[in-house]
Amino acid sequence: MTSLSELEPEIVPADAAEQRVRGRSPLQLAWARFRGDKVALAFLVILVLIVVFALMAPLWASWTGHPYAATFPKTGLNASGQPIGPSKDFWLGADQLGRDVLVRASYGARISLLVGVAASALASLVGVVVGVLAGYVGGALDGVLARVMDITLALPYLLIAITLAVTFQVQSVAGSLTMTIAVIAFFSFAATGRIIRGQVMSIKQKEFIEAARSLGASRWRIMFVDVLPNLVAQITVLASLLIPTSIVFESTLSFLGVGVRPPMPSWGAMLGEGSEVFQTAWWLLVVPAVLLLLTTLSFNLLGDAIRDAMDPRADRQSGGK
Amino acid sequence: MTQTGGHDVLVSAEGVFKHFPIRQGIVFKKEIARVHAVDGVDLTVRRGETLGIVGESGCGKSTLARCLAALHPVTRGRILFEGTDITTMSAAALKAFRRDVQMIFQDPYGSLNPRRRVGSIIGDPYAIHGLADGAERKSRVQELMELVGLNPEHYNRFPAEFSGGQRQRIGIARALALKPKLIICDEPVSALDVSIQAQVINLLKDLQDELGLTYVFIAHDLSVVRYVSDRVAVMYLGRVVENAAGNELYGGPRHPYAAALLSAASIADPDEAERAERIVLAGDVPSPIDPPSGCRFHPRCPKARDRCVTDDPELVAREGDAADHLTACHFPVGRGENLAGEHAAIAQVSTEPDLPEATP
Repeated sequence: MTSLSELEPEIVPADAAEQRVRGRSPLQLAWARFRGDKVALAFLVILVLIVVFALMAPLWASWTGHPYAATFPKTGLNASGQPIGPSKDFWLGADQLGRDVLVRASYGARISLLVGVAASALASLVGVVVGVLAGYVGGALDGVLARVMDITLALPYLLIAITLAVTFQVQSVAGSLTMTIAVIAFFSFAATGRIIRGQVMSIKQKEFIEAARSLGASRWRIMFVDVLPNLVAQITVLASLLIPTSIVFESTLSFLGVGVRPPMPSWGAMLGEGSEVFQTAWWLLVVPAVLLLLTTLSFNLLGDAIRDAMDPRADRQSGGK
Repeated sequence: MTQTGGHDVLVSAEGVFKHFPIRQGIVFKKEIARVHAVDGVDLTVRRGETLGIVGESGCGKSTLARCLAALHPVTRGRILFEGTDITTMSAAALKAFRRDVQMIFQDPYGSLNPRRRVGSIIGDPYAIHGLADGAERKSRVQELMELVGLNPEHYNRFPAEFSGGQRQRIGIARALALKPKLIICDEPVSALDVSIQAQVINLLKDLQDELGLTYVFIAHDLSVVRYVSDRVAVMYLGRVVENAAGNELYGGPRHPYAAALLSAASIADPDEAERAERIVLAGDVPSPIDPPSGCRFHPRCPKARDRCVTDDPELVAREGDAADHLTACHFPVGRGENLAGEHAAIAQVSTEPDLPEATP
């Protein structure tokens, strides 16, 4: 008997803790599902490595003694003036001006990630605001906003981006960076906006919106408190899938010479410069191309994994885990 | 037209019309037709009573409910709540009105925001009207949860963690939060299992006794309406065709449509079910886009005459009825009259394939 009563205080709290059902939020549930996705976790690690690589850019420069814009014609180029390949001094080779490809790729990663995340965030913000307003308010406002989005999607973005770059002749690095982000966001928000608009129109028909109206909630309160939380999953997925698109967009612009201004390196610009001499110096194409591929692939796979984690129904349809 | 008979009237609808336009075109949307969802309804709700509204799907019950709750602007007509016309109210007055009138919805899954916690859903009315904050709101919400039979500890759960009946209780708690005078129940139990239906209905009745609530109770289940209602209005194609005290209506319906509707209700006693005569109506419900002339029911009514095609009957008390027993029919059904054997005196088109067409 004494042994039982001694045991009791140990058993009871454990039991009680088990019986208490914890209300887990949709985000907690999504994280639990996400953790089960091994491929996504692997690419999350790769992405983290790329981010670390980008953050280390000044360290690479000081370790190798090669600032990103400095040319080393004596050590980086061989006797016939050709760039040297991966070696002890230049781990990933040098380009045709004798600059360190490793250091430049690392600075390029900063540009790509910055442009990708910033342009995606800006495009998502604008897209969500426009989509929610068009979808919820409707009427004439919807007519105007929906037409604006249609027109934006129909514009030839490369021609306009080139025209803008030529017209404004932005020479500073910061200026060209801002311009690139703005151009990408301008051509990307409509895709998000259209999807959000459609979602909002279907959410608007739900009875809980009517319930909020009958309680006397204002339009703005309904949009923020009742509509937006139901869009979190879609917004997260759309924004994460917009990052790789934006990175490729930035590379395209820089490849064409209308993106980020030299001498600031960018993967797109490195590809553009390297394509001139790739028969003799393969590393000039391979290094930025592989980095670009890995980064966009990681973001795409992570976006898909987030979608699966946030929408359990889609998971079940595809067979689940 | 409506007779109040000295009762304390809380809400009255006077000639309420609600038409939904059907538009075509991309840029310049042209109205090509309109759905006559509610087409001239007169109705009164007395303080403290339950007014049941019955009718088939598509007869305009839910639209009428939303008009009464000022969720739809009316096309024409007046709705007086405590003597004030809500159809012409200012935004501020409307917000005050929303404190007095609440709705309980049909779908316990659709009427609760799936991304918000129950405590925040039930606390919404306090947040919107700035009545209680923080700890006070939480304690009030937990009181409400207790009142409707929910565990107050489930405050932080999501709607998905509750059953249909529990969710409907959440909806009821939310509707009670502001201590409204009128609650409009739009088919509150039709999405629930029968055993749960009884629980929810009894909860609503108990709350009515406790809090002195007035209900407008919409349903298509006639036995549910009979159980909860003091008075019942029968709707057909956007109109009220008969409006009477519950026992009077169920005892002797005067409108042929009401009689047919009641004869279609299931009867629990098999012996009585054997004796009961089903009134089978000809054809389908006509489209509310182009409702019939005269009496809306004439294309299907077994008692239809020429007059029904041209003359629109008024909703008034008929001979031999109580003053608040209103029927919109030129030839009301008499006591003990057998409608099942009658044939219309006008041409009626049947849409049922096997039946021969009625001859004039």
